[in-house]
Amino acid sequence: MTKIIHCTVNGQETEVAIDIRESLADMLRQRLHLTSVKKGCEVGECGACTVLVDGEAIDSCIYLADWADGKHILTVEGLRGPNGELSPIQQAFIEEAAVQCGFCTPGIIMSAVEIVGSGKQYTRDEIRKLISGHLCRCTGYQNILNAVERAVNEAYQFLQQGEP
Amino acid sequence: MAIGKSMNRVDAYEKVTGQAQYTDDFFEGEMLTAKVLHSTIANGWVKKIDTSEAEKLPGVVKIVTCFDVPDIQFPTPGHPWSTEEAHQDVSDRKLLNQRVRLYGDDIAAVVALDSVAASRALKAIRVEYEEYLPLLSPEEAMAEGAPLMHEEYPGNILKHHTLIEGDYEKAASEDGLLFVEGDFQTQIVQHCHIEPPISYAYMKKDRITVVSSTQIPHIVRRVVGQALGIPWGHIRVIKPYIGGGFGNKQEVLYEPLNAFLSMQVGGRCVKLELTREETFICTRTRHAISFHETTGVRPDGRLVARRVKIVSNQGGYASHGHAIAANAANEFRHLYQADGALEVDVSTVYTSMASAGAMRAYGIPQAAFALESHMDDIALRLGMDPIELRKKNMMKLGYVDPGTGIACYSSGLEECIDRGMAYIHWAEKRKQYQNQTGPIRRGVGMSIFSYKTGVYPISLETASCRMVLNQDGTMQLQMGATEIGQGADTVFTQMAADSVGFLPENVHIVSFQDTDVTPFDTGAYASRQTYVSGMALKKTAGIFRERILDYASYMLQKPADSMDIRDSWIVCRETGEQLLGMDALAMESFYSLDNSVHITAEATNHCKSNTFAFGACFAEIEVDIPLGKIKVLDIINIHDSGVLINPKLAEAQVHGGMSMGLGYALGEQLLYDKKGKPLNNNFLDYKLQTSLDTPELHVDFVQTVDPSAPFGNKALGEPPAIPVAPAIRNALLHATGVAVNSLPLNPQKLVEAFTENGLLNGGALHV
Ligand code: FES
Ligand code: FES
Repeated sequence: MTKIIHCTVNGQETEVAIDIRESLADMLRQRLHLTSVKKGCEVGECGACTVLVDGEAIDSCIYLADWADGKHILTVEGLRGPNGELSPIQQAFIEEAAVQCGFCTPGIIMSAVEIVGSGKQYTRDEIRKLISGHLCRCTGYQNILNAVERAVNEAYQFLQQGEP
Repeated sequence: MAIGKSMNRVDAYEKVTGQAQYTDDFFEGEMLTAKVLHSTIANGWVKKIDTSEAEKLPGVVKIVTCFDVPDIQFPTPGHPWSTEEAHQDVSDRKLLNQRVRLYGDDIAAVVALDSVAASRALKAIRVEYEEYLPLLSPEEAMAEGAPLMHEEYPGNILKHHTLIEGDYEKAASEDGLLFVEGDFQTQIVQHCHIEPPISYAYMKKDRITVVSSTQIPHIVRRVVGQALGIPWGHIRVIKPYIGGGFGNKQEVLYEPLNAFLSMQVGGRCVKLELTREETFICTRTRHAISFHETTGVRPDGRLVARRVKIVSNQGGYASHGHAIAANAANEFRHLYQADGALEVDVSTVYTSMASAGAMRAYGIPQAAFALESHMDDIALRLGMDPIELRKKNMMKLGYVDPGTGIACYSSGLEECIDRGMAYIHWAEKRKQYQNQTGPIRRGVGMSIFSYKTGVYPISLETASCRMVLNQDGTMQLQMGATEIGQGADTVFTQMAADSVGFLPENVHIVSFQDTDVTPFDTGAYASRQTYVSGMALKKTAGIFRERILDYASYMLQKPADSMDIRDSWIVCRETGEQLLGMDALAMESFYSLDNSVHITAEATNHCKSNTFAFGACFAEIEVDIPLGKIKVLDIINIHDSGVLINPKLAEAQVHGGMSMGLGYALGEQLLYDKKGKPLNNNFLDYKLQTSLDTPELHVDFVQTVDPSAPFGNKALGEPPAIPVAPAIRNALLHATGVAVNSLPLNPQKLVEAFTENGLLNGGALHV
C-alpha cells in the first residue's frame, strides 16, 4: 500500500510516497537518492545504515519509513555547511585516516554526530562502547576512535569556551 | 617529495560526504532484481525443479534453472589467465549447478520487478533432490567409498604435491637430534567486507555492461566471456568504489550469472545483490587447513630435519585451487632454512562445504599459526628462548628460494624482532610470568613471518598505466590497478607526483576502472599493486616526463636535458630556476597553431621480480582460566614493508590486518551442523570483532630500501593479518603452559584444554 508521509530530511521539508512495508533505508536510498545510507546486512547487525531520527542514531534498515512521518532525519549528505564546508567530524575522519573502503563510514559518522552533539566529554573506553554497534572490517577501529575522540574533545572545548 | 608523506587519502572527501558511489548507488532507470535459489542440501543432485507456481506470481519476469544454463564449466579465481592449458585454473562449475556440492549451491535464479516479488518466487519454487552424504572434512572426503564431488577428481583430491629440499631420512638420522611433533588445525572464517557482493548488468546493442564490486575488473571481463561463451570484446566491466574485498572479490562470483540473466530478459538491466547470509555461505571463505609437523632439531636450536603434512579443506568448488595450500607450504621453506632437509606433503581436498578461496595473505595465516606455534613448542622442549631459536634459523639477506628463484633483497626482520622485544619488555616479562599460579595469569608471545610481493614467477605479473596532460597543467592518472579501500589511489598519486615532478594536488587519479578505457592490469591481490603496478607507473612517468621536456625544449629553445620538472614547473636542471609553469606549457601544447601536441603516455610493465616483506607480532595477554577467556593487554605489529609511500595509511592497513588477526585468533569461525548446513552465517552469530573487542593497536615499521622495487617498497596490504594468532597462542602457552593447537582460542576450547591439562577440575581451579 502506498502512503504519503511528511518529514524533514537534512533540513528540507519533504513529502514522499512510500510503500508502507519499506524501510527508512530504502526510502532514503531509492526515493531520495541519499546513497550515503549504506546497507551491509539489512537486519540491524552492522550499523552501516545509521541515520539520525530526531537526533537519535538508529539502524534505518530496521526502521519503517512510515515511522519517520513527522520526524527530522539527518544523513551524512546533510552535514556540510552552507558553502559545502565539512563538519569538524568529517574533517577529523579525513585527517585521522579513519576512512578506508568507506562503506561503514557514513553510518559511524552519524553515530559520532549523536555522540558529539551530546556536548559531553567521554573517555576512550566510553567511545569504544558507544560505537560498538558499528562493524568495520578495514580499520580495526583504531583511527575511527581517534577521529571520534578528537571531535568529541574539540566540541567539548568549544562549548567550555563558550560558557561564561 | 610526496613519497614518504602522510598525505590525506584522495578519496576521503567523497567517502565522508556520501558522494563516493558504490555499485548500489547508481540508478539506471528500470532495474530488475535478481535473486538466486540455493540448495538446501550439501551434497547431491537436483532431480527436478518445478517453477510453475512461482511463475504465476505478480512481478516475476523470468526464472531460469540449472537445466536451462549453457553447458559450460568455467574457472572463477582472479588469476591472470594462462595460455598454457596445464597451468589454467580449474573449471568445475556452471552458472547454475545440477550437481549440488555445498549447502547453498546455486540451482536457479529469479528475475523480478522488485526484491519482494523475487523473494516470493524463490519460496514458491519446488525442488526435488537426490541426496548424498555430506562430506564435512577432508578425512571424510578421502575415505573409501565417499561420493565424488567432481567425477574428474578421484578420492576427492583436487591436487597433491610434495616439496622436497634435501634428503629427509638422511638428515633425520643425525645423532643427537631432538624430535618435536605437533598437529595444528585452523578454522573456516569469512572475509566480512561490509559491502556484500553486488553487480548489475545491461545490454546495449550486442554488448553487455557489468558494473560490479570487484577487485579485478579485467579478469571479470575474461571470465564472463568464458562462462557465457561470448567474445570478450563484447563485455564491458565497470568497477566503482568498493566496500572492501579482502580476496573475496578477487574471484568472479556472480557476475557471469548476472550477465546471463540480463541476456535472458532481452538485455534489460538486472541487479544481483547478495544478502549477508548468502555472502557467508555462497561466496568464499578462508581454507581450514590441518598441519602435521615433525622437526628434528640440534640441542643448540638449529633445525635439521623437517617434515610437514598439509591438508587443505577446499569446499565444493576449486576456486583458487591448490594455489593456496601450495603457498602455505612455501612459507615453511621461506621463513626458516634447515641445515638438512625439508619435506612438505600438500593436498587440497574437495568437501561439501563453502568453497574456500583467496583471503588476505593467501594461506600464510594458516601456515604461520602452525609453523610459529610449533617453533615455540620446540623452544620450550629445548629450554631455549623462542626468539633465539627463530634468529638461528630464519631467512637471511641473500637467501634464494630454490624453487622459484625469489631472492631476499632486503630484510629488516631482525630489527622488527628487536623492536618488538624492546616494546613489550620481552626478557623481563618472560621471566616475570614464569611459574604463575591462580586463576588469572599473564603471558607474552610473539611470531614472525615472511611474505612475497605479488605472484611472480608462479603467475604472470603485468600492469599498465596512462598519464594525460590536462590544459591547466595537471595530469589525469589512469591505473588498471584498483582501489579497494587499501589506499591505492592515494599512493599512486604520490608516486606519480614524484616520478613526474608534479605537485600531488596536480595529479587527478581516475578511481573507477572501465575495461573499455582503462589500461590492463590484473587487479588488487597478492599485495602486488604498489610494487608491480608501481613499476608500470614509474615507467609511464619516464615517458611522460620526456614528452613534457621535449615540448619545453621546443617552447624555450633549450636542450631538454638541461631542464627538469619540479613542483609542476619546468626548471633549470642545474640551478633549479623556474623557467615555465606547467599550465603555460600545457595551454601551448594543446592550442599552439604551430605545434599542437596532446601529451600523453601509456606503458605496460611486465614485472619479472618478487621480493620478501617481513614482520613480527608481540602480544601480552591475561588469561582468566575458569572463564577460558583471553584478554589482550598489549599488542604490536612491526613490519618491514620496505619504504612506506604513505606512513599513516600504511599504519591504518596494519590496524585492519591486526584486527582481522585478532578475530582469527580469538573468536571467528563459521560453524556447520551434521548435514553441512551453516549455523552462524550472519553478523549476530558470527563473532566479528567490534570496537569493544579490539585493544589499542600498536604499529611500528622498519623501513628497508628494497633494490628490486620501484620505490624501495614491498608487500603491505595482506601481511598484517598473518602473525597475530600464533603470537597470542604462544602468549597463552607462556601464561599457562598449555599448548592449544587449533583456532579460534575461544572460551569453550580453552576450558576444555585447561581441564584436560589439569588446570581446571569440573570448573574449579586445580592449581
Ligand atoms: S544495514 Fe542496517 S544495520 Fe546493517
Ligand atoms: S572502512 Fe571499510 S568497513 Fe570500515
